[in-house]
Amino acid sequence: MTAVSLDGVRSPGAVQLLSPEGERVAHPEYDIALSDAELRSLYRDLVLVRRVDTEATALQRQGELGLWASCLGQEAAQVGSGRVLRPGDFAFPTYRDHGVTWTRGVPPLDMLSMFRGVTNGGWDPLQKRCAPYTIVIGNQALHGVGYAMGIRLDGSDDAAIAYFGDGATAEGDVNEAFVFASVFNAPVVFFCQNNQWAISQPRDRQSRVPIYERAAGFGFPGVQVDGNDILAVMAVTRHALDRARAGEGPTLIEAFTYRMAAHTSSDDPTRYRHADELEVWRLRDPIERLKVFLARQGLADRQFFDQVEREADELAVVVRDGVRAMPEPPSQAMFDHVYAEPHRLIEEQRRAVADYDASFGDEVHA
Amino acid sequence: MGAHVFSLPDVGEGLTEAEILRWLVRPGDVVAVNQMIVEIETAKAAVELPCPFAGVVEELHAAEGQIVAVGSPIISVLGDVPAAAPGPQRQAVLVGYGVREDGPPARRRRREAPGTVEAPEAAVQEHQPMTTVRAKPLVRKLARERGIDISTVPATGQHGEVTRSDVLAAAGGVAMPPSVSSDSAGDRVPVRGVQRAMAEAMVQSAFTAPHVTEWVDVDMSRAMEVVQRLREAPGAADVRITPMILVAAGLIRAARLHPRINSTWVDSADGADVVIHRAVHLGIAADTPRGLLVPTIKNASALGLVDLARQVQALIDTARAGRSTPADLTGGTITLTNVGVFGVDGGTPIINPGQTSILAMGRVIDRPWVVAGQVVARPVMQLSFSFDHRVIDGALGSRALQSVAAFLQDPALALMMDDAG
Repeated sequence: MTAVSLDGVRSPGAVQLLSPEGERVAHPEYDIALSDAELRSLYRDLVLVRRVDTEATALQRQGELGLWASCLGQEAAQVGSGRVLRPGDFAFPTYRDHGVTWTRGVPPLDMLSMFRGVTNGGWDPLQKRCAPYTIVIGNQALHGVGYAMGIRLDGSDDAAIAYFGDGATAEGDVNEAFVFASVFNAPVVFFCQNNQWAISQPRDRQSRVPIYERAAGFGFPGVQVDGNDILAVMAVTRHALDRARAGEGPTLIEAFTYRMAAHTSSDDPTRYRHADELEVWRLRDPIERLKVFLARQGLADRQFFDQVEREADELAVVVRDGVRAMPEPPSQAMFDHVYAEPHRLIEEQRRAVADYDASFGDEVHA
Repeated sequence: MGAHVFSLPDVGEGLTEAEILRWLVRPGDVVAVNQMIVEIETAKAAVELPCPFAGVVEELHAAEGQIVAVGSPIISVLGDVPAAAPGPQRQAVLVGYGVREDGPPARRRRREAPGTVEAPEAAVQEHQPMTTVRAKPLVRKLARERGIDISTVPATGQHGEVTRSDVLAAAGGVAMPPSVSSDSAGDRVPVRGVQRAMAEAMVQSAFTAPHVTEWVDVDMSRAMEVVQRLREAPGAADVRITPMILVAAGLIRAARLHPRINSTWVDSADGADVVIHRAVHLGIAADTPRGLLVPTIKNASALGLVDLARQVQALIDTARAGRSTPADLTGGTITLTNVGVFGVDGGTPIINPGQTSILAMGRVIDRPWVVAGQVVARPVMQLSFSFDHRVIDGALGSRALQSVAAFLQDPALALMMDDAG
């Protein structure tokens, strides 16, 4: 007999600026001032990201993508933290952070291309100031810290932000990243989306204490934010980025949120988690609360909401048709980005594959 | 207009087949893009598939319950070719359609005429056979160990591969019977999903809780009268009232009179504790197409007979439809199983893990019964009650079982006695 645990549902200390009912609430330390147009554009981002995500989920079920990791329910944490980055900052996302890559200007089709198996990345990381999706859990925390240490050596006031989940906090890479960031005072923000589930393992299998409290042991501040409150996420992340730029070192942000969908398209969450948990979180939907806020404050009308809906529908068609029309890459392409510079062994392998391909003759494959 | 064919995709990285659980559309239905059309169950999950096309359903190519190979057509949809679709209809075979075990490869290598052996590109070790012998690595290893050139062994495998028996036969040894065969020794059926969960739970329970089972026969005449009256009661028209509802009520009552049968054994640091539950969460074992499930009626002791029947019906329908949530299936404190529906009388039911007793009810059948010295025909049912002897001793188990029997022998009297006591 197991009672439903309240861990994973409640976070009384988390910073909140917008209640689940769409009421603006004050916080003694954090606040953010946004124009009406900015608020509306946040809503638009959230809706479009969700639409790309649901379309990708459908495309996977139709055999057009090999796999998809849905960000459903986590849009505010991703879009909110991404929107306060400056153009020169650098983001290190996980494979679920489609809302982050969206804010870095990565076209949705590029997000999907790796999941269709036609690219090994999808975009130019230096141009977008956003690393490719990292599949290995927690790896990118180290990449982010390394990059941030480089920023310091360059004397720039840019910052890096490394994304990971609650499960990754139990990995060696993330803990090593915490140590390096702390002792080298690296300008990095650790943005942990605690979505309560590491595939089928609940949050309480990762840590005995709330995740944000773990930062204290490494010697830098940790803060817990309502991850479904886009305003609070922006306020907290901007504050952490400012600290980093000012040379005050890393911050751990725990965005308390929930993975509404399966871990990936290969997973069936009904086998390990209770449906009532999902119902609780449905009431905290990040998009609904912003919509209610905009409507109540008179910042947006039906016409605006309808227009965003239409735009989302159009985007879905672009994504659907674009994915189906993606060209298959030449087999040689897999060698292109293994090393930055030519490499003897890679060239040897490239030739071997070319010879093998040539052995098929001129038949064009369908 | 043209028919689009949607083939079963691999929805879970490397699956080869799935079972069609339920069609959500029929031929003639109008479907939209991304409308859910079918529910399938793979080795990993039960999922719904959205339709990739808009149009009118022309044909369903697979029946409910059928196991379909990944890549096989499942539905045809008649409709306008989407404007943006590329010329020839592309079936996404490279993405998500796994590995095909049969069929010709899409491209053929040239220079494959018999007798022409390609020059090795690099230094190839001399003993490496250039002909293609199909054999599993273990079989190759076995051949090497026995000093046999595997390319000389006649292959008898289903797909032309050299089997372990072939190698052993070539070695002059006794050919081992194949370990898996579907045509001689029997069929091997994989145990997964619900079945596997049941298997694990039963093994865990049977090897940790010392089970004792007791039996008693009950004259169900009066209970059957109550069932009949309930069926005619106002407000019960839409509810299936069965003898099981009375047995359930009898068990709930027994748990109230003897709380220890409604408990959990918990190993603790200083030994063990018995947690006696205040509420009765009654598990009802249900035979479903997906195997044995035990949906649970929460706070069953608070329910009247008609509400109890209503909940039992809803839970079992949900379980049969494969729609039970984990919350439905967990949290039980005591279980009732109806083996009578299979036409048998009783057995030695295995206690569900986390509980300490289980009651099985048999079929209700007319048997000779002695009433006031006369043998008469009476509807008789057997009850089998298993309990965990670490928690419940023979005296308590017997009293609990007897209280269920007494309730069924004369429900009205039992209720009156309860009120009095």
